[in-house]
Amino acid sequence: MSILVGRETRLLVQGFTGREATFHSEQCLAYGTNIVGGVVPGKGGTMHLGLPVFDTVHEAVCATGANASIVFVPPAFAADAIMEAADAGIPLVVAITEGIPVLDMVKVWHYLQTRKTRLIGPNCPGIISPGKCKVGIMPGHIHKEGNVGVVSRSGTLTYEAVDQLTRRGIGQSTCIGIGGDPIIGTSFVDAVRLFNEDPDTDAIVLIGEIGGNAEELAAAYIKDNVKKPVVSFIAGQTAPPGRRMGHAGAIISGGSGKASDKIQALEAAGVIVCASPAEIGDRVKAVL
Amino acid sequence: MKIHEYQAKAILAQYGVPVPRGEVARSVEEVERAAKDIGGTVVIKAQIHAGGRGKGGGVKLAKNANEAVEIAKKMLGMRLITPQTGPEGRVVQRVLVEQTVPIEREFYLGIVLDRAQGKPVFMASAAGGMEIEEIAAKNPELILKEAIEPGIGLAPFQARKLAYGIGFPAESAPAAVKAMIALARAYEAIDASLAEINPFILSADHKVFALDAKINLDDNALFRHKNLIELRDLHEEDPLEVEASRFGLNYIKLDGNVGCMVNGAGLAMATMDIIKHAGGNPANFLDVGGGANEEQIRNAFRILITDRSVRAVLINIFGGILRCDVLAAGVVAAAKELKVSVPVVVRMEGTNVEMGRKILTDSGLNFTVADGMKDAAEKVVRLAQ
Repeated sequence: MSILVGRETRLLVQGFTGREATFHSEQCLAYGTNIVGGVVPGKGGTMHLGLPVFDTVHEAVCATGANASIVFVPPAFAADAIMEAADAGIPLVVAITEGIPVLDMVKVWHYLQTRKTRLIGPNCPGIISPGKCKVGIMPGHIHKEGNVGVVSRSGTLTYEAVDQLTRRGIGQSTCIGIGGDPIIGTSFVDAVRLFNEDPDTDAIVLIGEIGGNAEELAAAYIKDNVKKPVVSFIAGQTAPPGRRMGHAGAIISGGSGKASDKIQALEAAGVIVCASPAEIGDRVKAVL
Repeated sequence: MKIHEYQAKAILAQYGVPVPRGEVARSVEEVERAAKDIGGTVVIKAQIHAGGRGKGGGVKLAKNANEAVEIAKKMLGMRLITPQTGPEGRVVQRVLVEQTVPIEREFYLGIVLDRAQGKPVFMASAAGGMEIEEIAAKNPELILKEAIEPGIGLAPFQARKLAYGIGFPAESAPAAVKAMIALARAYEAIDASLAEINPFILSADHKVFALDAKINLDDNALFRHKNLIELRDLHEEDPLEVEASRFGLNYIKLDGNVGCMVNGAGLAMATMDIIKHAGGNPANFLDVGGGANEEQIRNAFRILITDRSVRAVLINIFGGILRCDVLAAGVVAAAKELKVSVPVVVRMEGTNVEMGRKILTDSGLNFTVADGMKDAAEKVVRLAQ
C-alpha cells in the first residue's frame, strides 16, 4: 500500500505553465498520476498539456475536485501559493520550490497550524507511491512497488537509496522527500508515524543530514513507538562546522546539528545506522 | 550572508538599538580623523567575519589620536588569526574606531530560528561576553527564551520578562526593553537568520549599548533587500567559492585531495563521507544542482582543477531523468577544453548509461568508469594516493 498519495490522488499543479512545471507535469502524467488541472493567475480559461488552467486554487478545486497540489511557483511567491492551496481546503500540498525566505516559511508554518492541510517540503523532490502515483520531480523508473517506506531530507541521495533497494528487488510503499530547508511542513516524526501506522510498510529508511535536531526527535519517537525495523544514513559526517552545505538547513551551528549526535541518538533508539551510503540497500535487505 | 560588525551596528542603530558612536576606517589617515572626531579614548576593532578578535590582537584601546595611528599602522593589513579563522587567518582591510563606554554589567541578547517551533526565538542572558554555546553547555539556566510570534513580533511584556529576568535594574530596564524590541524588529525587517548583541551592556551612567553585534542574513531573502546585497565583502570569502557562486554552483573548499563534483546537496555530502570511509579526504563540497547541465559541468571542472591540492576527481551524478550520453559528452568536452590532467573517476546513473560510459572510455582521456558509489570512492582514493 502507500501513504498520502495513491490512485485516489487528484493533483493540481500550481505554476503549471512554467518550464520546470511543464516538464515534470508531463513526467508525472506519463507515470500515471491523475493531474486534473493547473493554476496560473491570469491564464484562467486556457488549456495546458490538454488540461484546464485556472486563475485561483479555489476555482480549480471547485471545478476539478482536486485533493492534492504540487507547487512550482518561484520563491518570492511560493509562500503565498502554499497558503492559497490551504485556504482552498486542499489536504496535501507538495512544495518543490527551492529558495523560499525562511521568515516567509515561518508565516506559512503558523498559517497551517489552524488548517487541515499537510505540507510536504519546501525544497524537496516530492512524494511517490511506486506504481500508483508520483507527485514530484524524482525519476519514476528507479522505483518499485513494495513494502519499504523511505523518508529523506535530500533529493538525489534519496534516488541513490531507492536505486539500491530496487536493484536488490526491494520495493517501496511510499518515498517522501521532506526537504532541505530549516522550516518544513512534514517532519521526520510525522513521516515515520505514518509509515509506522501503514499496515503495508514493513521497514523504514530514514535519510538525514547535518543541521537542526529533526533526526534526534525522530529517534525519540522511534524509541517509544516503532517496532518496525528502521535503517538510516546521516549525510555530512565530514562537513565542516559553520558552513551551509547546499541545503539551507544543512549547517552545523554552535556545536549543534552534528552528524555524530544524530547517529548516536538513532543508534540508542535501536535504529541501524549505515556508516557508508553504499550500505543502505544491503542493510535493508538484512532486516526484511 | 555574513556582514561586518560596523554594518550590523548601523542597521541596529537605524531600528533604535543604541550603539556607541563609531566610524569605519580603511586607512591610517581615516583612523586618525575618526579618533579626533570621536575624541578621548577610543577602541579600534578589526572588521573581519570571525569572532574571537580580541584574542588575536584585533581589538585595541587608544588613549588619543596618536596612539590610534600607531595601532592602525599595525592592525590594517595584518593577518588576524582567531580561534574562528583557522590557521590562515584573515587580512584586516577595515577597522571600526569607536567611542569607549564605561561598563557596569554585560549581558547577551540574540535571536535564532527555532526549527522545531517554526519561529524565531529571542534569547537573553546575564552571562554577557561569553559565547552563547558556552553558556548553553555550562549554565543553560542562565539563558532565558521567548518565542517571537509571526505577525506580532517580540511583545513588550516578553521583553520585560527578559529584561527583569536577566537582572536589569528598574531604572534602566525600560531602555533595555526598547532595545530588545528594536532588535526583534530589525531581525524581521532585514530577513536575518541570526542576530546577536554580545555584549549588550549597562554603562556606569545607566545607559544601554550594543557593544558588539553580529548579523547573518538569509541568502534566500536577499532578492528583496537590494541595499543589503551591497554589504557583501568578497575579501572575506574564499576566491574559488566566490567564483563558484557566480555560476550558481555550491562550492565549499576543504583540505583533502579528492575533488568531488556531485548533483544535489545530500548526495554531495554523502560522496564526501564515502571518500573518507574509503580512506581518502575530500578536497571540496560541490553541488552542481539537480539537473547538472553541460555549462555547469564545465564551470565546476574549471573551479575544481584550480585547487592545486586536487590529485584526483570523482564525478558522481545520479541523473535519473538526465541522459547520461549527454552528460558524458559534456564531461569529455570540458575535460578536453580545460586540459584536465588529473585522473577522473565517473559514476553516473540515468538513462542511456551504457552509451555514456562508452563515450567516456572512448575519449582517450584519463577517465575511469565506476559502478556504484563504493566502487567510485575506492577507485578515486587509490588514484589520489
